[in-house]
Amino acid sequence: MRSEIWNIIFGKLSWDDIPYDVLILDVTFAAVVIAALTIFGLITYHRKWGYLWSEWFTSVDHKKIGIMYIVLALVMLFRGFTDAFMMRTQQAIAAGGAQGYLPPHHFDQIFTAHGTVMIFFFAMAFLVGVMNVAMPLQIGARDVAFPWLNNFSFWMTVSGAILLNVSLFIGLLGRTGWLAMPPLSGIAYSPDVGVDYYIWSLQIAGIGTTLSGVNMIATILKMRAPGMTMMRMPVFTWTTLAANVLIVAAFPVLTATLAMLALDRYLGMHFFTNDMGGNPMLYVNLIWIWGHPEVYILILPCFGIFSEVVATFSGKPLFGYRSMVYATSCILVLSFIVWLHHFFTMGSGASVNTFFGIATMIIAVPTGAKIFNWLFTMYRGRIRFETPMYWTVGFLITFTIGGMTGVMLAVPPADFQLHNSLFLIAHFHNVIIGGVVFGLMAGYTYWWPKVFGFMLDDKWGRRSFWCWCIGFYVAFMPLYVLGLMGVTRRLQSYTDVGWQIYFIIACIGMLIIGAGIASTVIQLVVSIKNRDKLKCGPDPWNGRTLEWATLSPIPAYNFPQDIVVTGRDAWWQMKKQGFKWSTDYQPIHMPKNTWAGIVPAFFALALGFALVWHIWWLAIVSFLAAIGTIIYHTFDFDRDYYIPAEVVASDQEKAKEAYA
Amino acid sequence: MNLYKLLKLALLLPLALLLSGCQLILLDPAGWVANQERDLLIASTVLMLVIIVPVLVLAVYIPWRYRDSRKTTDDYDPEFEHSSLFEAFIWGVPVMIIIALGALTWIYTHRLDPYKPLDHIAGEPLEIDVVSLDWKWLFIYPEQDMAVVNQLVIPTDRPVNLKLTSSSVMNTFFVPALAGMIYTMAGMETKLHLVAEEAGQYYGRSANYSGPGYAHMDFETFAVSEDEFSNWVSTVKTSSNTLSDEAYLELSKPTVADGVSYYNGVADKLFDKIVGLCVEPGKVCIGEMMMQDMMGGGGLQGVKTKDSYLYDEFPPGEGFDQHEFDGVLHANPDEPRSGPVNVKNPDQTVTHIPGDDSASNASEPVRH
Repeated sequence: MRSEIWNIIFGKLSWDDIPYDVLILDVTFAAVVIAALTIFGLITYHRKWGYLWSEWFTSVDHKKIGIMYIVLALVMLFRGFTDAFMMRTQQAIAAGGAQGYLPPHHFDQIFTAHGTVMIFFFAMAFLVGVMNVAMPLQIGARDVAFPWLNNFSFWMTVSGAILLNVSLFIGLLGRTGWLAMPPLSGIAYSPDVGVDYYIWSLQIAGIGTTLSGVNMIATILKMRAPGMTMMRMPVFTWTTLAANVLIVAAFPVLTATLAMLALDRYLGMHFFTNDMGGNPMLYVNLIWIWGHPEVYILILPCFGIFSEVVATFSGKPLFGYRSMVYATSCILVLSFIVWLHHFFTMGSGASVNTFFGIATMIIAVPTGAKIFNWLFTMYRGRIRFETPMYWTVGFLITFTIGGMTGVMLAVPPADFQLHNSLFLIAHFHNVIIGGVVFGLMAGYTYWWPKVFGFMLDDKWGRRSFWCWCIGFYVAFMPLYVLGLMGVTRRLQSYTDVGWQIYFIIACIGMLIIGAGIASTVIQLVVSIKNRDKLKCGPDPWNGRTLEWATLSPIPAYNFPQDIVVTGRDAWWQMKKQGFKWSTDYQPIHMPKNTWAGIVPAFFALALGFALVWHIWWLAIVSFLAAIGTIIYHTFDFDRDYYIPAEVVASDQEKAKEAYA
Repeated sequence: MNLYKLLKLALLLPLALLLSGCQLILLDPAGWVANQERDLLIASTVLMLVIIVPVLVLAVYIPWRYRDSRKTTDDYDPEFEHSSLFEAFIWGVPVMIIIALGALTWIYTHRLDPYKPLDHIAGEPLEIDVVSLDWKWLFIYPEQDMAVVNQLVIPTDRPVNLKLTSSSVMNTFFVPALAGMIYTMAGMETKLHLVAEEAGQYYGRSANYSGPGYAHMDFETFAVSEDEFSNWVSTVKTSSNTLSDEAYLELSKPTVADGVSYYNGVADKLFDKIVGLCVEPGKVCIGEMMMQDMMGGGGLQGVKTKDSYLYDEFPPGEGFDQHEFDGVLHANPDEPRSGPVNVKNPDQTVTHIPGDDSASNASEPVRH
């Protein structure tokens, strides 16, 4: 039934590409449709579309963009966790000849989706969200350097996330693993559209991430309050700077690598094929030259979050600020010269392996220094055990263990045995859950009252922590053991029933983590319900850095007046000197909202979909439309406005009454 | 050295207890290479525990000791943020440990280079060429002029020199009881040297995800005495199949969960042609292509002969897009395994090596 006209209009797409025969997907689809209809219906019923459009979707306010990033991240966490749920349950039952409920065709898509979603759309989105919320406040800025770009970056990330999730219901996702290694991801071995979904969703999201990196660097370098020298910046700002330098340096490598893979697949080129002089090892090198710095893009800002949390709740300045900054910088540089440790087993010579092994171990030194710095910050402090502190202590213990297993993997001959095993899986979940997730949750709890003006519920926050922490150990310690038994990753089924008990324990751990995620959701609901009771002042934790100087919730212009910084821990110093805002308010110059972020990003989504399915007319139209809207936007000179001094004054007055 | 042995013993004791319960084959391997790798793993862990244990203790003790709710907070020092002594300690101690670990890494990485022949092991090395196919393993024994699918049999106490490649996608060859893994890649040859010092039956598989049949891409490795090895070789040599170029091309088509099959006689230079991607008639080998490129390439003439250089291609429905693989697995599930996958045979009793499963050899007595 495929005529020429059909091919021109729909490209490769046909009814056969809808996986209606997979029951799990049917149920998921029904659930997604019902949820979407409910949400759309409620928004329409309450006539909130206009509000959402003008106050959120088109907003250039860094705080609102940050919140939207975090909302995206939490939705993606749900997706990624569902994948984890299916993998763990499958492996818990598919032992000794049993095939479980997921055939390889489905299982292999799931582990690909889990990695891709969790790294790119959960961890990255959450991090960029937290950076957006906190960093400009910490340096006393009114917004980021390029407000429009910030909105555009966010919507490109959303477009990438949507495109990746469309693969659930139209077509399929690659069955290659989260890094799509060729030749398996080449057109000969992955002839369907799965890898194309992967490529284009990462390319679209990658544009957003790279531009966001440029934006953050410019903001930190150019928009600090007077008096805030580099060595007076809060450590979270430092680590944000380091992570964004890594983004700007590393993400173009990913873009180029995926572009070459796309050329192989679309135009029959031979960068990474086996034949015609291509070399798949080239891809492996390139992807890890991006991939290793990516690990530090994720963890460095979390180190920053822990630094803020530890100092605040110990009631002391951070121990060894300078050594913290130098350690961060060391890690930044070293992260670019260790990529080969991801494939010691590909036959490099002993000297090459030794170099990369030792370079990797050297990273343990600045990282270890950081751990000690946090410990000595607590030393002789008065530690208040609020929820962010729970995450921090949990991190210190968990991350130290993960760091140790990481160094074990950095020893090449040991890695020969542990590479691609479940030991490796356990290791990187150990540092990513113990480091990144714990860090993000600490940051989320820590900065929430700043953004919304009320606290998050303690009880559910602690429950979430205990579930995540215990769940992590129950889920991943068995994987360490399995790794030592020589069990490899990505197994849809296995023959030895002796392994099964460990997989079952891991499955229970996954469920406990699930309870932790549920606790976070309940915490959110309970806190919003009790927001009047949980109401707090602008500085509920007795903070040290500038974000605690302004009102909560934060007004659009952040600070009513310009601030002059006289030292490190600027707000702490201001408090000691008895700082008060003067009553002499000036009009404040602010950027206007813009439609020119969401619209081109929507066209980018259409372009991605068109490229996946070879719908060339749509690709051309949407590409021109995306570029066209951006060019059109450059002629829009009406981009700024002034907030009158009276509004600023009345905000301050109202706040005073509210806190009284 | 004595201290090191003592430490090793102290760590091995609890591990030995663990071992009785489950099979941590990485910590109780059966050959020199894997043994060395185990020693290194333990030595580096012990070295790191020197700093990790104090950190873990401090990470629990300090938050507890300096909690706000303690009885007296006299020792609270809101200005304490620098101490040169502490700084020297937190940078110095890790640096020293990393120096020690780095030295260890240098020595062991050179000693255990997978490309280095095991010259110190007495005995004539046995050459085996390994090809990862979709999704099965082909072991070519060039000296014996025979080939085996999904079964590796080696004599104990003799070095084994492996040359490895892949017919299509990447895999890794991994027998954890004997040695660490190494990638197999099409158009390229990697090397691995190993030796089995304890007789037994060991689990081997691909450790790099390679497509729908990956989970079933495993094989049994039998380490047997020299006599038994000779017996097994003569069993294989009774096979009526030979591995000609055509037979190889047929074998290399994607299949899932295959059994063991034997081939008596292997086509001349088959392994080299597999590495060169030129088993198929009319294809130009990679080495030749490189030479042509060095000499300036084929120019426009090359466009006409492009077909003879192409390799990565499957006729529709014969490649990785076959959804029927799922059906195959449900129709022929693996036999449940009653015992563990790694079984040592310290008494060197006669090993039962299951024979050729393929239909053409049905008349052969299959030993189970």
